[in-house]
Amino acid sequence: MTNATNRPMIVAEGLEKHFGSTHALRGIDLSVPEGTILGLLGPNGAGKTTAVRILTTLTRPDGGRAEVAGIDVLKHPAEARRRIGVAGQTASLDELLTGRENLGMVGRLYHQPGNQVSKRANELLERFELSDAADRVTKTYSGGMRRRLDLAAALMATPPVLFLDEPTTGLDPRSRLSMWELIGQLASGGTTVLMTTQYLEEADRLADDIVVVDHGLVIAQGTATQLKQRLGGERLEITVAAGQSMERTASVLAALSEEPPRTDETARTVSVPVASHGGLLTRVIRQLDAAGIEVDDAGFRTPTLDDVFLNLTGHPAEDASADAEDAA
Amino acid sequence: MSLRWWLADSLEMMRRNLLHIRRTPELLLDVTVTPIMFVLLFRYVFGGAINVGDTTYVNYLMAGIFVQTIVFASIYTSVLLANDLVKGMIDRFRSLPMAQSAVITGRTFTDLLRGALAVAIMWGMGLLVGFRPQGGIGNWAAAIGLLLLFGFALSWVGVALGALVRTPEAINGIIFVAVFPLTFASSAFVQTDSMPSWLQVFAERQPITLVINAVRDLVLGGSGGPDAPAAIAWAAGLLIVFFPIGLFLYRRRTTQ
Repeated sequence: MTNATNRPMIVAEGLEKHFGSTHALRGIDLSVPEGTILGLLGPNGAGKTTAVRILTTLTRPDGGRAEVAGIDVLKHPAEARRRIGVAGQTASLDELLTGRENLGMVGRLYHQPGNQVSKRANELLERFELSDAADRVTKTYSGGMRRRLDLAAALMATPPVLFLDEPTTGLDPRSRLSMWELIGQLASGGTTVLMTTQYLEEADRLADDIVVVDHGLVIAQGTATQLKQRLGGERLEITVAAGQSMERTASVLAALSEEPPRTDETARTVSVPVASHGGLLTRVIRQLDAAGIEVDDAGFRTPTLDDVFLNLTGHPAEDASADAEDAA
Repeated sequence: MSLRWWLADSLEMMRRNLLHIRRTPELLLDVTVTPIMFVLLFRYVFGGAINVGDTTYVNYLMAGIFVQTIVFASIYTSVLLANDLVKGMIDRFRSLPMAQSAVITGRTFTDLLRGALAVAIMWGMGLLVGFRPQGGIGNWAAAIGLLLLFGFALSWVGVALGALVRTPEAINGIIFVAVFPLTFASSAFVQTDSMPSWLQVFAERQPITLVINAVRDLVLGGSGGPDAPAAIAWAAGLLIVFFPIGLFLYRRRTTQ
């Protein structure tokens, strides 16, 4: 087990793919050590799904090579398929089959023996809290239940490598939390996971390593902490009360740093990077008070992956679908 | 991929298709209600007005209804496959270590069963309204065998069609324009010698007429008649040509 931990279970080298004149991937390299979770982060259209489709044998790249569990996915797709599970956007369920029938079909198509298939299906239905709904057609499932069943289908053959394409997109917060818990458990059990996401919080929470892609290129890579450190240290952030001047607040804060304060009109916040605390907050509040500015909130915050993203790509991470309802 | 797995995977796909039918029985309308309707309409609306020579109209009509129903049911494979292709399910199958062609062999085998069901229903319905097949089990088995072979071959034409179109809706137009006239400009409902000579030239030589004539001769106690060899050649020929074309187009469609 000691030397197994460093063995990369997913490898991509110089993956390129274009659809007509659109370059979906322009040379992507990835390497995921056994038993870890890689978060592939990027906005819609960044190339995340294309990368996953290539690694899962669904799409052939125009250039580069890819390996899963030591198997070249281009030369031996059938061998690779034996060792992977796929869930999320690119995989699917049969709406007219029950949960149990879906798992049974997938298990048999992995060519597992019949008695093992039903045993494994029961085990997964139980573990993913789907036992009560097991004999209902999946058309009637809520969004959260579908994602859980989809993940269960991906796990039917207990694959060493798992690909999850935006596993929580469109889920309500509670279902998202339960998905996170399941994914975390899988990785601690030794499964290697590649997960794409638009949610920075998700990558921050689950991924051991994060690769940020935009326009088909890797633009940053590292742990969540490393990526945050690239943005420098803490910032002092003041939330200005309604009707109060953001500009005057900014001019008070400008004295604290060489870097100009950043203003967010919608959130009504003004922030500047700060080096040390040492009574700073009290002083700033007094100054703002003296200037007659009312403050709703004030505090220090470390950069989030949102900041990293904004900084790297020049545009914020996609959040259009963040509020999508559970499709119950 | 061994033959055994290909067979097991094809059966698994058939099982899935049959579950779909169980959950949405409307999928069987085209092989149950539609042929019954045709038998009744032609038997009672046109039956009195159409003269077909030495046999009764219903005895003449049944072969036409058999073939027409099999043609529509088989070409409908294209719609069912196109439906599958626009949904995400095919991606799931493609990420599994199964025989990929099982998706379409499962499809065409299921449609062969649908065709067999249609023949059984039409045969029964025909008997109720006066259809009196002649000859023996041997003649009838040969007729049914030819019908199912022709249907199976057309299912593979359907696979090719389904893999080519972008949306299932597009197929309805193609079927209406191409298949509908073919079934009527044939010996299905009237004798071709009642048609104008230019149409007769076409109607007498097109495959649907050839199959109808052979089936008709068999169910009326003959041994297939002069058109039987051509009918068998068409059915076998379509299968031999469209089996690889269907496989190729499906593979091309699902591999990008």
